[in-house]
Amino acid sequence: MTGSEVLLKALELEGVNLVFGHPGGAIMPVYDALYDSSIKHVLVRHEQGGAHMADAYYRASGKVGVCFATSGPGATNLVTGLATAHMDSSAVVAITGNVPLSLIGTDAFQEADVYGITGPVTKHNYLVKDVNDLPRVVKEAFYIASSGRPGPVLIDIPKDIQNATFTGTFEVEIDLPGYKPTIKGHAGQIKKAAEALRAAKRPIMIVGGGSQSAADQVVSFVDKTGLPVITTLMGIGAYPAASDNWLGMPGMHGTVTANKAITSCDLILAAGIRFDDRVTGKVSTFAKQATVVHIDIDPAEISKLVEAHVPVVGDLKDILPRLEKELNKLELSDWWTQLNEWKSNYPERFNREGKTLGSQEVIRMFYEATEGKCVVTTEVGQHQMFAARLFPTHKARTWITSGGLGTMGFGLPAAIGAAFARPGETVICIAGDGSIQMNIQELATLYKHQLPVIIAICNNGVLGMVRQWQEMFHHERFSEVMLADSNPDFAKLAEAYGIAGYNVFDRETAKKLIPELLAKGKPAVVNFVVYPSEKVFPMIPSGAGVEDMIIGDQEPEYDYDTDIYGEKELA
Amino acid sequence: MNQKYVLSLTVRDRPGVLVRVAGLFARRAYNIESLSVAQTEVPGISRTTFVVTGDESSIEQVEKQLQKIINVLKVINHSEAKYVDRELMLIKVAVTSLDERTELRQIAADFRAKIVDVHQNALIFELTGDEGKVEAFIEQMRPFGIIELIRTGKVALTRSAEDPKVKKSVLAAKAA
Ligand SMILES: Cc1ncc(C[n+]2csc(CCOP(=O)(O)OP(=O)(O)O)c2C)c(N)n1
Ligand SMILES: [Mg+2]
Repeated sequence: MTGSEVLLKALELEGVNLVFGHPGGAIMPVYDALYDSSIKHVLVRHEQGGAHMADAYYRASGKVGVCFATSGPGATNLVTGLATAHMDSSAVVAITGNVPLSLIGTDAFQEADVYGITGPVTKHNYLVKDVNDLPRVVKEAFYIASSGRPGPVLIDIPKDIQNATFTGTFEVEIDLPGYKPTIKGHAGQIKKAAEALRAAKRPIMIVGGGSQSAADQVVSFVDKTGLPVITTLMGIGAYPAASDNWLGMPGMHGTVTANKAITSCDLILAAGIRFDDRVTGKVSTFAKQATVVHIDIDPAEISKLVEAHVPVVGDLKDILPRLEKELNKLELSDWWTQLNEWKSNYPERFNREGKTLGSQEVIRMFYEATEGKCVVTTEVGQHQMFAARLFPTHKARTWITSGGLGTMGFGLPAAIGAAFARPGETVICIAGDGSIQMNIQELATLYKHQLPVIIAICNNGVLGMVRQWQEMFHHERFSEVMLADSNPDFAKLAEAYGIAGYNVFDRETAKKLIPELLAKGKPAVVNFVVYPSEKVFPMIPSGAGVEDMIIGDQEPEYDYDTDIYGEKELA
Repeated sequence: MNQKYVLSLTVRDRPGVLVRVAGLFARRAYNIESLSVAQTEVPGISRTTFVVTGDESSIEQVEKQLQKIINVLKVINHSEAKYVDRELMLIKVAVTSLDERTELRQIAADFRAKIVDVHQNALIFELTGDEGKVEAFIEQMRPFGIIELIRTGKVALTRSAEDPKVKKSVLAAKAA
């Protein structure tokens, strides 16, 4: 057996039947072996797309996503994808070819120090120097990627190792004495957490990305205790949105209710969250009255930014049921009266009667048409925040976004990865006209595999999120945010790729088209022409606290010329 | 506030582990003042001692992040318990006269430094000690003309009285 055959066999032993990749000189032996393999390969059009697909494949299924790339430029193209997966704790195994061992370090053709470059954006990485190590390395890579706090692992394999003759064995043991994730929560700490919860008058639970793998336990816990639940951007779906106990999203663009609840609560039960600065704002004013009970599998997250009074390190799947056993329904009626008052005083507000379409109403139409029973991926920008508020889902692993790194270009490949992970389910990618162009080449991949992915471009003709900051904090100096003057005709572009494309300018067409597309279950690109000055509210300015929240007025009427390619000056 | 820390890491002897450790210090703006690495009594396991200066408020976070590196087995922050530390120096000093040679031998004897190389115009001394002793010796040598010197950087071990658990396990193994 050659190293390449060993690699594929080792992947099969890990249950891999699908990889996303792009070939090149230094990984050709692997692609040669792939020719006879049962593993299905999806040919992406850019390695970044492959990494995002593998990432979303994991997020949507809980199964490790795998991507392949060649040395040098192929591998460096993976870097953004790895960093995205790393920030959002997503289990990806990336395999890269490299120049032969004897040429490593000589500036050989298409050589890059991939091992060095990817170190800071992976949970762990390997440079394989002996073909007989491959079975162990692959086994360890999958174990590291998927256990504890998940993350990406890269295996760099020089070309001569891919061709070398294997004389080893597949009967290998994982050899990682320095890696022992804590799974079982400490009994004493769970008791303390229960005591704190029983004593609390105004508790809340904040559910984050770590909860995506423990959604059943979250739901059961909330059912029993009656706690109010806030889902972070990464936690959307881990607790059903729109249910009575749900208060929405916290932080910079969170709901008024969620942010007021955080400020007023006397206890936060934080489940798999890492208190990102977009959630806390100014840490010194964050939840000042609250006892913080922090459950996380990663001890380094405990008291990193917000002090945990009761830390519980371990897996939520272990800890939540044990904590639940210690508790009965909590007496929270006064607290609920207050929360419900906020909920009714601050409903979601957005313009759906303006002369022109807005991103928010378009996104809400999708929510109404699907009732949130679909898979949502997003790009990055205003549309992402609008989607988080107006298009949440109700099941774990169905809301997929680049939260930590905020990678424009994530949404389209992520939709493809998610569609592979959840066959039969419709995936809707909420995109911006800027972001979609960062990995638009993956339309070819989408066409090829005819996946039920609907790409909804909220085409406001601008880098909207940047424009919003310029309007609010940079004296309306709109520096380099204009896209409309040179955007392509997205419908024609889709058609050129063989995908149904639509330009939609008005409400009636939008309302009619969305259910039709949902029924069809075919790839589609819908370019919704929306006005450029829409803003994401509420908003807590960067570095400020909840008390500085700008709730935002109803958008003024905006009469935007529907000719997006036209001359009209923005703002 | 910046502070000096002595950290001992037990690591697996695998490529890349020190890069990850150094990267972590750099990211948190910790300056590495000295670093020593060598094999331990267990094959494949190395012990490193880092002397770093960096922000007081983030040292705990740095320790936790170090612990997360897959091939880091153990992290000890020596500021948390009493410890013994030493470093070794080789120092080459110019000698131009017999008087100087006699004087240098006398100072070396006071410091318990060894002469490890003799040349008609130079002597190399080997000195072991804590930082204070090493620095005092350097000052003594300065007037003679230091040609070059090298220091290993600190190596450190927690005092046995502070670490009874480990000792017990070794004693038990010995008894068995
Ligand atoms: C790769 C990358 N480059 C730059 C940014 C900074 N950025 C964040 S949002 C945004 C604007 C996105 O524009 P668009 O996709 O049209 O979305 P909109 O905000 O208009 O809804 C930019 C440039 C980023 N997040 N990612
Ligand atoms: Mg835009």
